[in-house]
Amino acid sequence: MGAEGMELGFKGVLKELLAYKSGALGVVILVFLVALSIYTVVAIPYDKAIKLWRGEEEVWIENPRNAQPIWVKYWEYLRGRNLPETIKRDTSDSKQYGVYKSLRAIPGTNLKRLYIEFSFKYEYDDFPSEINIFFSSKFNESAPILRIAWEKPGGNKIELLDFIPRDKYDRLYLSIEHDVLKVLRSYVEEKLYALGKNPEVPLSVEKALFAVEDESMSSSLTVKPLKGTYKLIIEGLLFGKDSDVDARLIIYGKVYGMCGTDHLRRDLTIAMLWGLPIALSFGLIASLTITFLQLIIATISGYYGGWIDALIQRLTELYMILPFLPFLIMIAAFYKLDIWVILAAIIILNIFGGGIKSTRALVMQIKEYPYIEAARAYGASSKRIVLLYIIPKILPPVIPGLIGAVPGYVFLEAALSLLGLGDPFLPTWGKVINDSYRWGALYKGYYYWVLQPSFMLILTAFAFAFIGFALDKIVNPKLREI
Amino acid sequence: MAGSKKGFIKFVVKRVVTVYIIVMVAVYLTIIIANMGGYVDEIMKGQLMLQIRMQLKGNPEYSTLPPAELEKIAQGIYEEELKRRGLDQPFFIRSFVYMKDALTLDLGRALYMTSEGGSRLVKLIILERLPYTVMLFTTAMLINFTLHLVIGLYLSRRHGSKIDKLFIALAPTSIIPGWFYGIFLILIFAAYLRVLPYGGILDVPPPTDPIARTLNILEHMVLPLSSWIIAAFFLGCYGRRTFFLIFSTEDYVEAAKAKGVPSRRLTTQYILRPTLPPIITGFALSLIGSWSGAIITETVFNWPGLGLIAYQAIGAFDTPVILGFTVIYAYLLAATVVILDILYGLVDPRIKVMYGR
Repeated sequence: MGAEGMELGFKGVLKELLAYKSGALGVVILVFLVALSIYTVVAIPYDKAIKLWRGEEEVWIENPRNAQPIWVKYWEYLRGRNLPETIKRDTSDSKQYGVYKSLRAIPGTNLKRLYIEFSFKYEYDDFPSEINIFFSSKFNESAPILRIAWEKPGGNKIELLDFIPRDKYDRLYLSIEHDVLKVLRSYVEEKLYALGKNPEVPLSVEKALFAVEDESMSSSLTVKPLKGTYKLIIEGLLFGKDSDVDARLIIYGKVYGMCGTDHLRRDLTIAMLWGLPIALSFGLIASLTITFLQLIIATISGYYGGWIDALIQRLTELYMILPFLPFLIMIAAFYKLDIWVILAAIIILNIFGGGIKSTRALVMQIKEYPYIEAARAYGASSKRIVLLYIIPKILPPVIPGLIGAVPGYVFLEAALSLLGLGDPFLPTWGKVINDSYRWGALYKGYYYWVLQPSFMLILTAFAFAFIGFALDKIVNPKLREI
Repeated sequence: MAGSKKGFIKFVVKRVVTVYIIVMVAVYLTIIIANMGGYVDEIMKGQLMLQIRMQLKGNPEYSTLPPAELEKIAQGIYEEELKRRGLDQPFFIRSFVYMKDALTLDLGRALYMTSEGGSRLVKLIILERLPYTVMLFTTAMLINFTLHLVIGLYLSRRHGSKIDKLFIALAPTSIIPGWFYGIFLILIFAAYLRVLPYGGILDVPPPTDPIARTLNILEHMVLPLSSWIIAAFFLGCYGRRTFFLIFSTEDYVEAAKAKGVPSRRLTTQYILRPTLPPIITGFALSLIGSWSGAIITETVFNWPGLGLIAYQAIGAFDTPVILGFTVIYAYLLAATVVILDILYGLVDPRIKVMYGR
């Protein structure tokens, strides 16, 4: 039955495969996915990917948290809403636009006067997600005293707070700074009272800093961002001759990169890209190994018969009774395995699985064919008959199953990751879904967090499914007729 | 004929014994893995010692004793407690005691988990969750089975038609598992449209009126049920269709058609009848399978069935619960396999001939 498939050869099969619309689509998707994984492995080497993914907050500190991917920005742009991107201003980068710094010694004293002014244009229709200032200071005995102020486009100036860096590197998280929030609350209240309104739902730091100063300020739900040029001013008093302060202001946006970021500010592009080679190799290795081991075991069982056959038959029954998924989960949970050991466990838990019975029946049929008898008559060894005459004959019918089974293993890995049992280091799609689920992406409306890895999983699954189904029709011509 | 009867009984006995040995091996394997080869005992021993020390420290009667004396008392209690729990024997010996208990369905007490009623009995913990699992997954399985059978038969009689081609084209959608569709359904109907609950089985607080309660449970069942129906739909129907088609192109069907057998009789007598054994096998196995629940779907939907219990037990290293779950499942499957074997032995003339010698 498989002979035609064999004689077609690889080129022939490919040609037939492309003749099917779904088969051709599957091949196109698969080629694209393979190319993308090769690019990924070359562009972001394994060690770098793990380092980035496992990196402390330091690696990602300049990224916004849970930022939407850039395609959301384009989409929203069409609907007339311009989502904010991250704005950075840094005094150590002197060529940057919108940065002014002066540091002058006060004559006759050991003191220096610092003046930093960051200015930037804000033309977005939504508020930033967070505002941080990073300081790197040089000082000997006393730390500098810094006074930080905010100037809105209309010229309204708000004194935010006095800040004393405790260390060479210190940071000011404006968004969660209690003093700043207090100052801003009273500022907003004052403005509202002047308008004859009362505050209803208090504003967050970002909203208060960027609010249009009218009645809409009374509630966090109605407030609108004010467009124009903003200024952040840092005035400071420094002690000591070679004391100095550099500052970096980051106004975090709501969009970032191709795929957005997660709750740890990590760029999801890394996980989206690296999930691909992992998924492909995981699925293919699992499917290939399991199919071939089952093939060999089934052939031995069917060809030799006797006690070997009986033993293998009992083992398949044992495997039927063992609950596969609870067993796998148990092994993964107890032994905290990395992805390749999980792969090995999956293979071991599958080698005596379902495929054996049908292949064995096929082998028992083929065993009686005249050409096998002829081989036996001229003295071919059993090993030779099994490896050279039987296995090649039963190989074609199992290939579609092999390809079609790949997505199953890809989803199995994703499922384990979803349960929190995946590889602890590697960025996989399942882990991204797990993170998104655990951090309430669905409740909070971070749909991109769930949709992107899902899309990749589905794309991969369909590529193999399409090819598998088309191959099935090619090697089993009976399916084609009906 | 008498000889054939004897042979058949011999076949049945042989089958029962083999399957029972297989169940024993499966249970023993579970014991080894679920105890991590005895490692769980070490955890338990450590916890026990800690507990004893804490108790002694909190007891004012012993507060004046010197630490060395106190340690001695702690050791004494510890040894006694080990003996009481049978932990003083090596794991190898105990593993067989566990196996005997499990095989006689003496499931014992859970280490950490409790039933909703507060009981530690593994039997109660499992029995309490079983109805939830049956309610969801057996319903899903029955709906799927019926849908696939009816639509598959319909398609096989109209093969080559537009609708048939549509089903063939959509068959690859079933490559995506049910839980994955579940995530999408939650996203659309719970998160975006806000018309159905995210998961769970009842609202918090649950309605007290029995009718409202039933409706509430049904409402919570919609999404998980749909996810399983959608996931299996096209491939299931396609599979059944192809299965029926293969049988309907057999020579004897062609012959019957040529003879002028009416189409209805052709379907029931010539196509459905010979296909019945594999359909029944499939039905029985998936019925049993549905009772074990589905760990991932239950996790995604937070459905408090057996799958979720199994997962929680694994997470808590609660070996008695894991073991109880596996044993019940193994027995059910083994019994199904044996019953099906016997049924076919009785019905199928080919098997009768094989063993009737």
